[in-house]
Amino acid sequence: MDLFEYQGKQYFSKYGIPVSLGDIADTVDEAVAVADRIGYPVVVKAQVQVGGRGKAGGVKLASNHEEARLHATNILGLDIKGHVVHRLWIEHASEISREYYASFTLDRGAKAHLCMLSAKGGVDIEQVVEEDPEAIARLYINPLDGVARADLERLVVEAAIDEEARAGTVEILERLYTCYIEGDADLVEINPLILTPEGKVHALDAKVTLDDDAAFRHPEWEEFALSQEGDPREIMAREKGLNYVGLEGSVGIIANGAGLAMSTLDVVNQVGGSAANFLDCGGGADADLLADALEVINSDAAVKAILINIFGGIVRCDEVAKGVLIAIDRVGLTTPIVIRLDGTNAPLAREILAPHLSDRIIMETTMIGAARRAAEIANERSK
Amino acid sequence: MSIFIDENTKVIVQGLTGSQGRFHGLRNRDYGTKVVGGVTPGKGGESVDGIPVFDTVAEAVAATGATASFVAVPPRAAAAAILQAAEAGIALIVCITEHIPAKDEAVVYARLKRDFPGTRLLGPNCPGLISPGKCNIGITAGEIALAGGPVGIVSRSGTLTYQALHELSQQGVGQTTCVGIGGDPVPGTNFIDVLEAFEADPETRAVIMIGEIGGAEEERAAEYIRDHMTKPVVAYIAGVTAPPGRKMGHAGAIVSGSQGTAQAKMDALAAAGVIVAKNPTEAGEKMVEVVRGLP
Repeated sequence: MDLFEYQGKQYFSKYGIPVSLGDIADTVDEAVAVADRIGYPVVVKAQVQVGGRGKAGGVKLASNHEEARLHATNILGLDIKGHVVHRLWIEHASEISREYYASFTLDRGAKAHLCMLSAKGGVDIEQVVEEDPEAIARLYINPLDGVARADLERLVVEAAIDEEARAGTVEILERLYTCYIEGDADLVEINPLILTPEGKVHALDAKVTLDDDAAFRHPEWEEFALSQEGDPREIMAREKGLNYVGLEGSVGIIANGAGLAMSTLDVVNQVGGSAANFLDCGGGADADLLADALEVINSDAAVKAILINIFGGIVRCDEVAKGVLIAIDRVGLTTPIVIRLDGTNAPLAREILAPHLSDRIIMETTMIGAARRAAEIANERSK
Repeated sequence: MSIFIDENTKVIVQGLTGSQGRFHGLRNRDYGTKVVGGVTPGKGGESVDGIPVFDTVAEAVAATGATASFVAVPPRAAAAAILQAAEAGIALIVCITEHIPAKDEAVVYARLKRDFPGTRLLGPNCPGLISPGKCNIGITAGEIALAGGPVGIVSRSGTLTYQALHELSQQGVGQTTCVGIGGDPVPGTNFIDVLEAFEADPETRAVIMIGEIGGAEEERAAEYIRDHMTKPVVAYIAGVTAPPGRKMGHAGAIVSGSQGTAQAKMDALAAAGVIVAKNPTEAGEKMVEVVRGLP
């Protein structure tokens, strides 16, 4: 789960990482009240989970009451790459001497935690990685040992952090590591981490991705989950506990297992179709779950054909077949549906489906055949 | 021959009294696996369908001589269960548990590496492994596998593993061992560990490798294959059409930046002399051709 900037900053504050004084606002009046309270100049920042909001006009400096009102009016409701701004973060504007970059994440290759630090902050770090990889200093941390202050003291030198900022940076990195570990984040990133003319170091932005698998030990994450925005199809799927990713195509896909679902997308693409989604209905594909999955897919007007691709290992195909029939009925589905069932009890499943087959309920015996049929129907119906 | 397990492997099931552990543990036993015990703290002395349950892995090992453990416990208990098995001297730990926090996995990996270098962890979040006709630990449906070799299978995905088994078995091509390494970011056993074992196993004469987007393990495997493998390898990588930055079901299946794309992995494998298939069916067909061409 990705946090909004304001949530990330609140998360940072809990671990003692200094951030700018600020507050959230959902209306223009609230925004102006917050700005008046914290004192000008302020920065009015759109809270959206998409990059490039500055360029899109979602971040503005206001030096007085009138400007704060003007910017808040313009930014609330603004559409930034499909993300509509519902909330603002207003914070006291900082004077900036230098901009750095700092992050912690898990390096899968090294199977260790990785701290990255650079004196070249404030820009797209992927660009720095490509153009000037030497500018990023890296520290690998064994999860059993944790991070040692001496290592961080070496790291700030290696990263060419200005001398007056080193002590402050080390302190922030120690706290950021605690936030990363105890806060069960997949990623904590500060870009930029700034040095002010007064010699203070603090986090001007906050990017935090939480590890959803650790939610059981963080009841306080509930409020973050409630505020998640995004694709309405994905929100609906999440509420139903389905593993769903929305895409742009016309073939709605249901498969069991992440690998098979991904593979189904690929095969649909190979035969000239385009997938409307990724949906893994998991190991226990019963009628209820299939009905939920079909409901989510049916809510997507772009879907012109549905492909169900199930390989029964533990799941018995005859049960899936019954489930599909019940689900089609329950959802009142009219979109043509192509079904491929293989594995445990597949012959029995085909017998169950046989009397129901029509030009709207179609059975294919292979994955590729089913993908081809679904793509053809979707392409024909999209004309 | 088979790798990691054989007909004599004695297995305990951690979480045998839970619904998952009971269902799969008994299935494994029905397949012919020597399931000799179960472990559930506080339920020592009970039994599940005739299989004795112990409070700790150490007690189970002392009483049964088990060398392998099937871990089927909920995510919050999984890390401790794996470490308990390692401390009790278990040589092969197979963990099917999905959704273990990444921090816990990283700690487990580091602990095993430092304190129990002789212990092999398969998974977490993996389907397990099966040596057809001999032993099945995990959730693979034994019916779709065919004994007798000569193909070894290694895969990051469960259902794609089944698909591969099915494609081969339907063509009458058997398997030596089929190993699911799992879809999590920090797997205990990686592609290279399994490829090494297949290369050393005289009965395995060709290998199917099924990868997916995310990470760089397939690229590393490609280097290993290029430098060390004499046996033919057919590979399939899932996720060509997956958009960057989105997790595709498995915690490990995510393309970040230019890293971990399916195309990069396929290119690396092809350059290493691997036969790369564009879908699971084609992987099966190509392997059938390879097997027919074996001397």
